[in-house]
Parts: sequence; structure tokens; C-alpha cells
Amino acid sequence: MSSAKKFDMLRTVLSVAIALLISFVIIFFVSAQPLEAIKYLLIGPFSNKRSMGNVVESMIPLIFTGTGVCIMFSANQINLAGEGAFHMGGLIATCVAINMSIPGISPIVALFAAGVVGALFTAIPAVMKITTTANEMVSSLMINYLALYFGNYILNNVIGDPAASTASYPLTAESQLPVLVDGTRIHLGFIIAIAVAILGYVFLYKTKLGYELRITGENESFARYSGISIVKVIVISQLLGGFVAGLGGGVEMLSPIYSRFTWASLLGYGWDAIIICTLSKKNPLYTPFAALFLAYLRTGASIMARRTDVTLEIVQITQGIIILLVVAEQFLSGYRHKLIAREAKAELKEEGVK
Amino acid sequence: MWKAILSPDFFGTILRATTPILFATLASCVASKSGITNMALEGILLFSALFGVIFSSITHSWLLGLIITVVIGGLIGLILAFFVLNLKTDEILAAIAINLTATGGTVLLLLAFSGDRGVSSSIRSVSAPSLTIPLIDKIPFIGQVLSGQNILTWLSLVAVIVMHLFLYKTPLGLSIRAVGENKNAAESVGISSRRIQYIALVISGCLAAFGGFFLSGGYMNMFTKDMSSGRGFIALAAASMGGNTPIGGLLVSLLFGLASALANVMQLMSVMPYEIILMVPYLTTLIGLGVYYYAQKKKKERLSGK
Repeated sequence: MSSAKKFDMLRTVLSVAIALLISFVIIFFVSAQPLEAIKYLLIGPFSNKRSMGNVVESMIPLIFTGTGVCIMFSANQINLAGEGAFHMGGLIATCVAINMSIPGISPIVALFAAGVVGALFTAIPAVMKITTTANEMVSSLMINYLALYFGNYILNNVIGDPAASTASYPLTAESQLPVLVDGTRIHLGFIIAIAVAILGYVFLYKTKLGYELRITGENESFARYSGISIVKVIVISQLLGGFVAGLGGGVEMLSPIYSRFTWASLLGYGWDAIIICTLSKKNPLYTPFAALFLAYLRTGASIMARRTDVTLEIVQITQGIIILLVVAEQFLSGYRHKLIAREAKAELKEEGVK
Repeated sequence: MWKAILSPDFFGTILRATTPILFATLASCVASKSGITNMALEGILLFSALFGVIFSSITHSWLLGLIITVVIGGLIGLILAFFVLNLKTDEILAAIAINLTATGGTVLLLLAFSGDRGVSSSIRSVSAPSLTIPLIDKIPFIGQVLSGQNILTWLSLVAVIVMHLFLYKTPLGLSIRAVGENKNAAESVGISSRRIQYIALVISGCLAAFGGFFLSGGYMNMFTKDMSSGRGFIALAAASMGGNTPIGGLLVSLLFGLASALANVMQLMSVMPYEIILMVPYLTTLIGLGVYYYAQKKKKERLSGK
């Protein structure tokens, strides 16, 4: 491993440690039982099988949206519509899963529909950018709200069960994804998520199109002069990213966690995905690890919130600090410089011996 | 329905709905003029909405509460500037981090301060008063629209003029525009681009704080979780559609105010499902953005003789 890469890892670990430390300080300020709170936050998820299951099940949506955002951001498109794509994916999967009850087929149809809708959704800002040059970041922020209210409209007027309050008709049992581990809610979606992360890595790092995509992301002018079609790269990257995010929404909806569509607000997985993407340095292969970390932190926090007086929201602060430090290029840059200089000196010495 | 729309009340509603977006739009203008996209506006609005409630209740004065809130808003701008300019953090990611911290931090702070969960129902905050200016209230129609508006609504309109003068008639404003236009050229004539961008982001944070204060101490009289609901993002769109000029920003902000006010009226008349009406401001933004940039693109193509 080169020292630059080693440094990157060190910095990530250190950022996480500092963020946790700041969170502990905040806990000390706001809580009457700080030590207990910190204990639950850190080792709570290990307390029983169900909690460990919770960690794994909450990794699943994070891996999907994280991989989707890795693909979109790799082309340097700051498309934040993953949030909406996830929501729409869940909505469409519900529409299919309420009405179909063919074993084996109906989850596949539902998930496929979710992916396609997600892809079309994230393509909107991309197409707008290509046709009108409107900034994709701003337009993607706006369409997320459209997804939310469209979802609410469908929920209240089309698929809403009059017998339940703000919930759709129940999903058919045949459409739901099977549970893999007894006594937990870890479901088939986990395998799909890992497969998606690996496929995402293969696409970005082992195919010609993925290479073109990353080149475009790194230097658009260079890519254009090399004969890469920028329009094609932008459209494909946003379609694929959105497909993965939408698929994630579908998988989450068909998981044993839900039996009806109840999302009356955006769940925030699109924003979480940006943390995952930052921690995994835009490489989908690392998204499961980043997702594991985040899922662990959240499960710990929810146990803490249930047992002590500290609220769940402390995790959002921790996440914010982690992003700030991980992406702060100059953070520890002096040390990085020393590290690289030392390595270069060592190389020079070796050459001198030869 | 038309009668409701043409009443002075309706125009008053437009102004009220415009105020927070207008402050944030001006904030976005200053930052963009200096060459930085300030997406943290959403988080600053949310933080300020909470701090407004907390500090006005502590000081028993809306003015002191506002001043403290604005100072804190400036500090958040300073933090953003430190990360973006000194630590070379990506400005979008830094902003996302601040927004995330705001979402969680406001809930946490509110709970720690008053024990309220999500809604500041037990805090006795002091809202900014409404203001009627003599003479102006005698003007037919316009007087009816303007008089009795919140003092912050008045202030937001004044801020448009002040920011216009600041950006286009003062040396500092010129420096800000120069840095945003071409950093290297500005550096070459002795302007420290880092200092200028620091100043621009602090001003941006202060302006957004006014908007945040208005949300919880004017538009409503309490803080609720996530009450900024995308206004910071709408402001980004509004500023960019207004060409990042204060006057343009005002016009586009009014358009969004109109969309929200229209949504309110339509809701009372129940002409359309509620959820579809809630989409109106965001849809307006999206379409407006597309139309504006398409026109810009055509104009550029025409000028370059294609």
C-alpha cells in the first residue's frame, strides 16, 4: 500500500474517532447518565441477536443508495435525486406488490419496476442539464420534494387503505423478500445489496464505459478531447445510479420491516448515501463497510435513545462532523507531506545502495 | 377564487411567504458572487429558526434575540468558510455536513434547552412585531398590502436595496464580484481572495439568519423540527435564476412567494388535492430553472453566432 493510500485510511479513521469524541462531549453536556448512554451507543448492538440483526438490515438501504451515489458522483454529477429515487422506488414496488401475488415473479417485477422508475427519476436533472444547462444539483433538490408529495398523493388517494391511517393496502405475502436468518429480519435484500456493490465496482473500475465515466468525472475537457461522448456518459451514469437507488427503495419496501407503504416523509437515505460515498472514496466495493459503520452507529444510537435520555439525532451531528473531516483535504496535510517525503527518501536510499 | 386572489390580503400573503426565501436568496447571491455555492443555507435557516426562539425567550426581546441569532448565523458562515477555504473541503459536501448537523443538532438542542421534542411549545419566545409606516399606509392598495407586515418583511425589502448598493456601489462589493468573476485576476491586483470569500460567506450566513429568525418569530410563532423545509434550496435556485443579483433575486423570490400563496388559497378552495398543491412552489422552481437556463443557452448561442 502506498503511503498516500495509507494516509487516506488513517485520516478516515482519525476523523471518525474525533467525530465520536465530540459526540461524547455533547452527550456529557445534555445527558444525566452520560456513561450509560455512551456504553449503549458503542456496544449496544452486540447485546443480543436481534440488535445485531438490526445492524445488518439497516445496512441494506445504505449500500444501495451509497452505490448509486458513487456511480453518479464518479461522473462528477452532483445529482442529489437519489433521495427521491429511493422514495419513488418504494412507492412503485408497493403498487406492484399490492396487486400481484405470484410467488417468485412478483418480487422480481416489483423490484424491476422500482429500479426503472428510480432511473427515470434521477435522469430528469441530467436531461435538464443537457438540454437547458440548468445546474443538476439545484434541480435535483427540487424534484425530491416532488417525489415526496407525489408519493403522499398516491398514498392518500390511490393505494391508501381506508381501514388504516396513512398506510397502503397490505403487500401480498408472495411479494415479500424471504428472511435469511431466523430470529432476525435479515432478508434476501442483503445478498442483492452486496451483489449490487460488487457489480457497481466492476462497472466503474473494470469496464470501458466505467473508465470513460471516471475520466469524465475527473476532467471533462480532457474526456471531450479524447472523443468521449459527455452526453452519453452523463445520461448513463445518472440512469444507472438512479436504478440502483430505486432498486434500494423497492428492496426496503419488500423487506420484512414493512407490510404496508407508510412513508409520509423522505427517509434521508439519499443524504446518508453521500456519507457512504465519501467514506468509501467513490468506490462501490467499500460501500458495505461504510454502511456497516453507519448502521452500527445508528443501531447503537437507537438503543441509547430507548434506554437513556439522549435522543437519536445525536448521530446526525456525528455524521456531519465525519463528512467535514474526511473531505477536508488540508486536515493533517502536514503529516501527509512528511509521510510522502519519508517514503521518497527511503526510495532514494534504496536506489543508492543498488 | 379570483376575488380572493385580487385582494390586498393575498398580496400580503405573498410578501409573508417571500420573506424567508428572499433573505436566503440574498445570502446565496453574495456567496455566489464571490464564487462559492452556499448550500448550507438550509442548515443556517434551520439553526437560526431555533436560536431565534431560544434567545428571544432568554432575553425577553425580539431585537436582542435577532441580533444574537444573526451573529450565530455569521459564525456558521465563518465555519463553512474555514472548512472550504482553509481545509480545502468540497463546498457542497461541507454544506451537506452542516445541513445534517442542523437537522440533528436543532432537535437535540431544543430537547436539552426545554425538554420539548420537535416543537418548541413550552418556550415563550418573542416574535418580531408588525410595522405600519405612516403615509405609506395611506396609499390605496399598496398601503393595504404593506401596512401591518412584519418588521422583518420590511427589512427584507430594505435588504434588497442595501445589498444592491453594497455589491455594485462599494469597493468591497466590487472586490467580491471580482473574486467571483476571476480569482486570479483579482489576486493579481492585490485583492486577497480568501479574505473576500470569508467576508462574503459571513455576510451570507448573517442574511440567512434573518430569514431563519422570521420563520419561527414572524411567519410562525414557534420552532418546529425541519421547519426550513427546503427554503434554503429554493433560495439557491432563486438566486441562480435571478442571475445572482439582488433585484433579480427579489423578482424570482416573489414568484415563489406567489406560488406558496396560491397554494394556500387553492387549499382553502379545495380545487385540487392538498398534496398536489404542496408541489406548486417546487414545480414552479423546477420549470423556472429550466426556462431560464434554456433562454440563457439560446442567448449565448446567438451571441457566439451559431
